[in-house]
Amino acid sequence: MSYQFMGFRRPDGRVGARNLVGVIPSVTCANDVAQAIVTEVQGTVGYFHHQGCCQLPPDLDRVTETLTSLGQSPNLGAVLIVSLGCEGTDFEKMYKTIEATGKPVRIIGIQELGGVSNAIQKGIDLARQLVIEISGQQRQPASIEEVVMAIKCGASDTTSGMASNCVIGYIADKLVDLGATVIFGETTEFIGGEHLLARRAVTPEVGQKIYDIVNAMEARAKSLGCDMRKGQPTPGNIAGGLSSIEEKTLGAIVKSGTRPIQGVLDYPELVTDHKGLWIKDTPGREPEILTGMAATGAQFMMFSTGRGAPQGFPSMPVIKVCGNPNTYERMKNDMDINAGLIITGDKTIDQVGEEAFQKLLRVLGGEMTKNEAIKYFTSIDIHCLGPVI
Amino acid sequence: MALNLALKVSDLDNVATIFANGITDGTQVEVRDKRGESFTLTVHGDVPYGHKIALTEIHVGEQITKYGEEIGIATQEIKPGDYVHVHNLDSMRGRGDWQKEGK
Repeated sequence: MSYQFMGFRRPDGRVGARNLVGVIPSVTCANDVAQAIVTEVQGTVGYFHHQGCCQLPPDLDRVTETLTSLGQSPNLGAVLIVSLGCEGTDFEKMYKTIEATGKPVRIIGIQELGGVSNAIQKGIDLARQLVIEISGQQRQPASIEEVVMAIKCGASDTTSGMASNCVIGYIADKLVDLGATVIFGETTEFIGGEHLLARRAVTPEVGQKIYDIVNAMEARAKSLGCDMRKGQPTPGNIAGGLSSIEEKTLGAIVKSGTRPIQGVLDYPELVTDHKGLWIKDTPGREPEILTGMAATGAQFMMFSTGRGAPQGFPSMPVIKVCGNPNTYERMKNDMDINAGLIITGDKTIDQVGEEAFQKLLRVLGGEMTKNEAIKYFTSIDIHCLGPVI
Repeated sequence: MALNLALKVSDLDNVATIFANGITDGTQVEVRDKRGESFTLTVHGDVPYGHKIALTEIHVGEQITKYGEEIGIATQEIKPGDYVHVHNLDSMRGRGDWQKEGK
């Protein structure tokens, strides 16, 4: 069976599931101006991160590249960059690289324009023009092979590995078999299960890379000389019955399905001709992993939860699959799919998997997810490796 | 009356996960594996929803297994039906504290 979805075809060939104007602060010091513009102009979203200055050069490159990938992502029809003027990120490179996709891009500088109020006024005028310019674009049929799905689990408990992650694993396998792209991450939650993932790598080199990113993440976790428990698994995970990172990992990797792992992407990387299942090297915490996943160019994310994690991302609809039947009852306003019915024995993994698959086709075509509809998506950040100096 | 269900994921596992509310000391649960085969076990201790019980004796230092893989080692003597969690299971990974102590 072949599937299609209705999406926005971009000049570079990518297909978006949303048609938004992205307002990107090139540094955290530009957040308030960007926020004022987004508040005023319908159809815009902002990325209010906390990076971009007084960091070591590899981190500054990482922030520039991540923001650039977000700007290139197909759910954005146009981009407005808000720069302060003295930051460490390369906002000119950001502008040029996003512009090369063919989508309209504008940039304003707060210092150059003579301060905050002038920048807000200019930014509102430019964002309004961009919204008007793209808002008449029509959705067109696109092949399921154009889909890039990001996956993640958050606020996990022991139902996650037995219900909601199984549903996402079902969908991951199905999309890979249909020729689409699936990206999973949370390197911290490979600790104790890396041998199982490495066995699925397409080459020994990819397998070694999986060990390398896990070792690097574990070394960072051990660097303060304490037990990582409480950091990972979190107090909520532990209250939910997860006793160790190993147990959390074994439940978490279920969501990647069973197909071969093609390779490992760096945190800022945008997918190009990557088909099949890929890993992106990310931490587990929501604000940073959601940004990294949106920077792949994913049109949407499937997000599994047991305790009830409600957050989304400004330009990437996030579908919540809840594995705990008690949580679903308490938080059904925030949960899109009830996988708790697997735990109660009322439905099979395949049944809920097909329900979730139909939901994702509708979301690709424009149906809003629960967190998207109430704009529960402003707490985002970019994952950096070095100190703030 | 709702069934007090405890699920065993892999044949290799020496713990099962309880998916029932109100499990207190002395409650009987039905431990079921993936083939649907089951047996009854008496729980020792109050075990919250989604938490684990031991299926066999596990001695100090022995591996605790779920999904057929190691999830940690026992730090206390554990008997069948005992509640298994952070009080008697130690993680082997991310132990910066051990690195510091030179273990």
